[in-house]
Amino acid sequence: MSATTPIEGDRASVPGALETTLRDRRDAGAKLLVPYLMGGMSNDWVQVLQAVVAAGADAVEVGLPFSDPMMDGPVIQEADVRALRRGTTPQGVLDDVIAAGVEVPIIVMTYYNLVFRAGHRRMARSLASAGVAAAIVPDLPLEEIGPWAEEADAASVETVLMVAPASPPERVRAICRRSRGFVYAVAQMGVTGERAALGGEAATVVGRIRQTTDLPVCVGIGISTPAQAVEVCSVADGVIVGSALVRRLVEGGGPEAAGSFIAELRTALDAVG
Amino acid sequence: MSAQASGDSVPGPPTGLMGEPGPAGRYGEFGGRFVPESLMPACLELADAFATAWADPAYHAEYSGILATYGGRPTPLTECARLSAHLGVRLLLKREDLAHTGSHKINNVIGQALLTRRMGKHRMIAETGAGQHGVATATAAALLGLECVVFMGEVDIERQALNVFRMELLGSEVRPVGSGSATLKDAVNEAMRDWVATVTDTHYCIGSVMGPHPFPYMVRQLQRVVGDEARRQCRELLDGADPDVVVACVGGGSNAAGTFAGFVDTEARLVGVEAAGGAAITTGIPGVLHGMRSQLLQDESGQILEAHSISAGLDYPGIGPEHAHLAALGRATYATADDDEVLSAFQLLAETEGIIPALESAHALAWVVRQARELPAGSTVLVTLSGRGDKDVAQVRDILAARRRS
Repeated sequence: MSATTPIEGDRASVPGALETTLRDRRDAGAKLLVPYLMGGMSNDWVQVLQAVVAAGADAVEVGLPFSDPMMDGPVIQEADVRALRRGTTPQGVLDDVIAAGVEVPIIVMTYYNLVFRAGHRRMARSLASAGVAAAIVPDLPLEEIGPWAEEADAASVETVLMVAPASPPERVRAICRRSRGFVYAVAQMGVTGERAALGGEAATVVGRIRQTTDLPVCVGIGISTPAQAVEVCSVADGVIVGSALVRRLVEGGGPEAAGSFIAELRTALDAVG
Repeated sequence: MSAQASGDSVPGPPTGLMGEPGPAGRYGEFGGRFVPESLMPACLELADAFATAWADPAYHAEYSGILATYGGRPTPLTECARLSAHLGVRLLLKREDLAHTGSHKINNVIGQALLTRRMGKHRMIAETGAGQHGVATATAAALLGLECVVFMGEVDIERQALNVFRMELLGSEVRPVGSGSATLKDAVNEAMRDWVATVTDTHYCIGSVMGPHPFPYMVRQLQRVVGDEARRQCRELLDGADPDVVVACVGGGSNAAGTFAGFVDTEARLVGVEAAGGAAITTGIPGVLHGMRSQLLQDESGQILEAHSISAGLDYPGIGPEHAHLAALGRATYATADDDEVLSAFQLLAETEGIIPALESAHALAWVVRQARELPAGSTVLVTLSGRGDKDVAQVRDILAARRRS
């Protein structure tokens, strides 16, 4: 059943820009910080992107807004709504990414229908043309990833895959073989959103991933505070922080608020890195 | 009576049209399993659990037994003398409106509730549009002692207030969904979000032939009792012949899938009728939503569009993947009915036959009313009357009153 996957699983011989960047940072002893932003959610989102990079992000995840974000909690949903109300399109976000001209790798996070509608090849090439290093497509599991992965690989766009607390060991192995850039460890079962406390599942998931790959491992879903980021990085290489950042923007914060929150996280991680 | 009710055989061809879709859950280019990794293990577990149950005579005995002694099966086949004379075709109704809870939805939920128990889970969640699936799920949960939470769009809660109270009477919690269009599609999103967090002890009892594999296949198998019964009943009535045309309404498409499964290997023409404002086959294009690849209403970027219909149960921008496949093959055709035609058909059936249909089911009737003159004289037409109209009476009263005023 799930253990066998019909697609080529072996890692590319030449690591991509995202993997190279994250490995170099890890080898230099740093913990990785990957903020998530919703593309096009406000007029100043490009400035927000620049601010989080200036505050110490190692890479940035940029969401393409979607009408039906099944994996997301209320905060990211609200960001989707705002971005779509502004008439944001996938290509519009990519044009903004080009305009932002940031130095760190950009990872586009998009639901699969936007990829499917555009066409695998067209989307992969659009991402590459915009200088996007990688993509996360959360509703495209290993079994269905073949046609996208082929085009993404050809365009040198690294496809980051997720490992969940529910993933059994044989799936973890197959996912890690196919993941590019890093492996996204899902900290808990559930949708995106801040949590008062993290369960112990993140450490277990990271442990399972470490047994099968030396790719960088970043933990996401629910990481809300510098203390939680530090806690997770006692086992992981880095963290992805989404809802906690986007909430500040939804509540009216701009580039400054975003930058200072990311700086707080950076300082906390550097203290343990 | 039937082999199915005695539990000693599994109905339906194992392969071929409307057979087993294979481990990836494909129907031609449609179907599949497009869910986050967090849900993949649960989908795989469910596929295994359903395959095991479906091959187990004990499961069939319990399922058929409950449907017979509790669900009101078999439902009758009614020949409509007055409406047939009016339309000039021989009209037969498969009376799912007479099933317990007032629609075909009970067939599916009994099967899934039994499966929930077999998997050792104690909680069910469901989405609902018109409230029929929510009421049915709440009913099955009460019967088997399971916890139940039903997600329902705020717009639909308004339109179907009585069904909300029914679910609460049955001991379920109804959770309002205010995101997006606040209708069925958003209720599905919210149920999926709950399921990601609760999957270890919760089964998502999807109400139609949609979602990730194995749901489209499983729900069709649990609904095929409609088509299998209707086929036997038609042959009895028609001296061994099948109807010329078989018609059912389609939102996600569960009553149509169950009906078509009984007739797909006959000569009968199969017709699915979508709401004109939610016609995924007629106006949609291929895409991926709610775990499946199918025909979807969407814009040029891939954003999902909102469906609009007088019937909450058909307000869905997609359709079950097997319908998309049957349409692509041409084995079934899909037409639309608009709100005016539906209201007329609703009133016509009430006045000529003394049956008040659900607005959803009235779409199928509306097609027959419109097309009757085009059909060869003396054609036999089977319509699956998927549910009764009690839930719609207040809404129809208000619409008709507003029309009289204007």
